[in-house]
Amino acid sequence: MGLDIFREKGVPLEKQQFTWRDMVQAPTSKLDDDAFTRVRIILMNGLESEANRFSHACARMNRELQLPLARVRRVEQHQQTLVNWLLPADLSPIETTLAFEQVAIEVTASVALREPDPYMAQVYRFGLLEDFDHLYRFSALYDRVAGGDANNIIQSYSDIMPGRPTIVEHRDPADDLREHYEKTTAAPLTKLHAVTIMASENQTHDYYMNIGPLFADPVARQLYAEIASIEEQHTTQYESIIDASETWMEKWLMHEAMEVYNYMGCSQQETNPRIKAIWDRFLDYELGQLHFVMELFKQVENRDPAELLPAELPEPIDYVSHREFVRETLAAEVDLRADGTQFVGKEDEPERSLAYREQLNSEGSPTETVAAGYRWRPGTELNADEVALGKGA
Amino acid sequence: MSSTGTQSASEFGGVNRTGAQTSPELARELTEGAAAAQPSSEGGPEAIAAARGVYIEEGLPVGSLPPPPASLEGVVEGAARVVGMTTGVATLADKLSERLAFERTGTRLYEALIGKVAALGETSPGPTLMQLAEIREDELQHFLLVNRAITSLGGDPTVMSPCADTVMVSSLGLLQVLTDPRTNLAQCLQAILTAELTDRDGWELLITLADELGHDELVKEFRGALASEEKHLLSVRGWLEEQVLAQAQA
Repeated sequence: MGLDIFREKGVPLEKQQFTWRDMVQAPTSKLDDDAFTRVRIILMNGLESEANRFSHACARMNRELQLPLARVRRVEQHQQTLVNWLLPADLSPIETTLAFEQVAIEVTASVALREPDPYMAQVYRFGLLEDFDHLYRFSALYDRVAGGDANNIIQSYSDIMPGRPTIVEHRDPADDLREHYEKTTAAPLTKLHAVTIMASENQTHDYYMNIGPLFADPVARQLYAEIASIEEQHTTQYESIIDASETWMEKWLMHEAMEVYNYMGCSQQETNPRIKAIWDRFLDYELGQLHFVMELFKQVENRDPAELLPAELPEPIDYVSHREFVRETLAAEVDLRADGTQFVGKEDEPERSLAYREQLNSEGSPTETVAAGYRWRPGTELNADEVALGKGA
Repeated sequence: MSSTGTQSASEFGGVNRTGAQTSPELARELTEGAAAAQPSSEGGPEAIAAARGVYIEEGLPVGSLPPPPASLEGVVEGAARVVGMTTGVATLADKLSERLAFERTGTRLYEALIGKVAALGETSPGPTLMQLAEIREDELQHFLLVNRAITSLGGDPTVMSPCADTVMVSSLGLLQVLTDPRTNLAQCLQAILTAELTDRDGWELLITLADELGHDELVKEFRGALASEEKHLLSVRGWLEEQVLAQAQA
């Protein structure tokens, strides 16, 4: 299973080319494709989005790296376009939102299960229970405002029920920062996980900030405002677990390795042959980019990339339902809160977060309003007295 | 179910996965879990209506109309018996702008449909490219008719009025269906039928309003447009029925 990233050179950067027709391919089917195909598309769009974000930040701080960054970034731009444009036009913003939360649940659950550092695993479980609640709130919105069934998108893989209620997720910034991994001692998988989840949460934040105003309904606009605020907290949390003393080149190298790692996982598990071919192609592109950056790393830092990168990539994220793990985590940790970088029981939550939350929620809580008394049922809550599963259920 | 006019989704290996019965065991776990979970707050959907109501009570409109032109005020003056003059002028201007917007978008909807039929090839049953081109030309002429009407009343036909805005928002879904390369002819005709039903009633209402305000010349011209929209409606209804029945018998 392991991919030898030193031996596999992929496609050289100068041969990574696109046309507009190639970039804008037929989209996936909202109705027919597996929910995990959609999950992979959204995740990979988020990772390409992070590639762009990181590259620009790096360019603004490093004049001498601007040209190589621009060369790689141009390809990443077109990769992201091809990937994101695989989402079909009939997947509405609220439906895409449901899929985003499924990404946050299933991908974070896989990461939490596989993370070798116990503290980091706890951080992921903490965030997981919050995104889990968001799926429930957005499902209520979809049912009650749009008349839709969230499970048309979720395909029964993820639970639709309250998690850590969003109303209590609002924290003082001092309670959003976490301990970070040590760059010299952390396992490569810990670093790959951290960049992956940070990227995913950052794109979720940006997506909600872009689409929130598209909704006419003021309750929907409030709901996006509230949950976008939590995604901002999550981005704050996940970027803080990364060692800030890493050099720009170390960070760039890990970003490229993270993309290779994730395209590999997508390729190995994709069920749609047409989409698998895209993951295969971009795995080769990312290997080419990784080797381009490895050479640069040697020149700039006069160091061997093998100091940072594993010879073989670890097992990838599992694209499967993590229902049991999520339920166990929910039962055991729903009442956890944060005190600085540590997790505590809700009775020990610092006053600063309680005060912050009380003020923010003082004119009502959109997440409570939208889901007041809500229980998801097959089809819609309007089916309260009907069996909507059909025969054999 | 067809993903295009000629190929079914199953030819691409597609199977609809949206229903709970796709994975009965997973659906059972999901359903039982959701039923056992406790909502975090009491109440029901009425909480949304109450929160929405707070904003509705603020009374902010979508937008406003430009001040009425002096010439339009003069025309309306003699007919201001039932409808107040200012209100009448404003309402007519708003609804004319709406009709203009709808006919302009309607022209583009038919262009999209013509493109689809041209790509898929004419079918029997089904509209010919010639028939669709004739309707598209009618829609264009109706747009130009309203354009002239607004201009003759001293108005600005480039204004997007509040009703023009909301009718364009209503039409967004129709455009999405018509311009999606994956939709088939029957799905496109269903969307066009929605447009034609609205269009026919739109002209009827505009005629009633213009009549009420004493615009006899406009009423005469608008009746011609209504007659042509009624023909469109009958044609689209017929094509849609033929398409759906043909699919059912295939």
